[in-house]
Amino acid sequence: MSAETQDILGVAAAWKRAGEQVALATVTETWGSSPRPAGSQLAVTVSGKMAGSVSGGCIEGAVAEVALETLRTGIPQLLDFGITDERAWEVGLACGGKLKVFVEPLA
Amino acid sequence: MTPEILAELTALRDAKTPVVLATALPGGAQRLLPAPDAGDALNQAAQRALDRDESGTVAIDGQDWFLQAYNPKYRVIVVGAVHIAQALVPMAAFLGLDVTVVDPRRSFATDERFPNVTVLTDWPDEALDALKPDSRTAVITLTHDPKLDDPALDRALKSQAFYIGALGSRRTHARRLDRLRELGHGDDAMARIKGPVGLNIAAVTAPEIAVSILAEFIAMRRNAGKA
Repeated sequence: MSAETQDILGVAAAWKRAGEQVALATVTETWGSSPRPAGSQLAVTVSGKMAGSVSGGCIEGAVAEVALETLRTGIPQLLDFGITDERAWEVGLACGGKLKVFVEPLA
Repeated sequence: MTPEILAELTALRDAKTPVVLATALPGGAQRLLPAPDAGDALNQAAQRALDRDESGTVAIDGQDWFLQAYNPKYRVIVVGAVHIAQALVPMAAFLGLDVTVVDPRRSFATDERFPNVTVLTDWPDEALDALKPDSRTAVITLTHDPKLDDPALDRALKSQAFYIGALGSRRTHARRLDRLRELGHGDDAMARIKGPVGLNIAAVTAPEIAVSILAEFIAMRRNAGKA
């Protein structure tokens, strides 16, 4: 199945059933030329597995780090990426878009 | 996401029931919609998300909610387990569509030719009666054989199928419309049939024809040109 249509929640749930620690990141809002629409998801495991995407690859690394953090703390986070945001410069949202990403552990 | 919500969400999706996962932002409390105790505003917003097949954030009574719409996959019913179907079916699966192949000719409709896909060997009218095409279903006839294509198109026209396509030249299609007219279908209704099927990209090979058909399907699904 293709990356665009892959059922990321299904993949995350299957990893969870297999005993992995899994966090899920979901695009909740976009402005401007964000490459992935709201609802796009990225699943990350402590063991290093990744599926799906929340951008064209610009912020996946930063989101994956926060995903691991939510697994440690058990507390979800709402992240803001945009060109006015220092963090966005850091991770390089070259498209000039702006988006919010909700990151949660699969408990 | 709590194990309870994940389990309930998974069960509803397995049952092909449309459902919305609502997340209160920024805190992250979650619930599934529609729900009797969620209030009209939230339930209606959830229904809109499902109708538009679009996830997004809404503000209701000063609270932001992210609504993730989980609709069942779009269905594609392919009538005719022919060569073009062998190209079309895996491409449709790659697009995330739920594909069923119908062909009563058992030499065509084999699992070897169509691995990992539901293959029915019923007559197309019976198969469509059972599959009940809805507004998220496409019906595509590929056999060229009126005995097989016509009953499928007859049933498709009587259904809510949002995309109906019939393979065949303009001449073949004109004769097909004459036969369907005799079955009682009016010209307005028959205008729903895409014939010749597919976008005109001068496709020649079976995979190229499959691309042209699926491109037309996507254009219809995404309302291309109507926005």
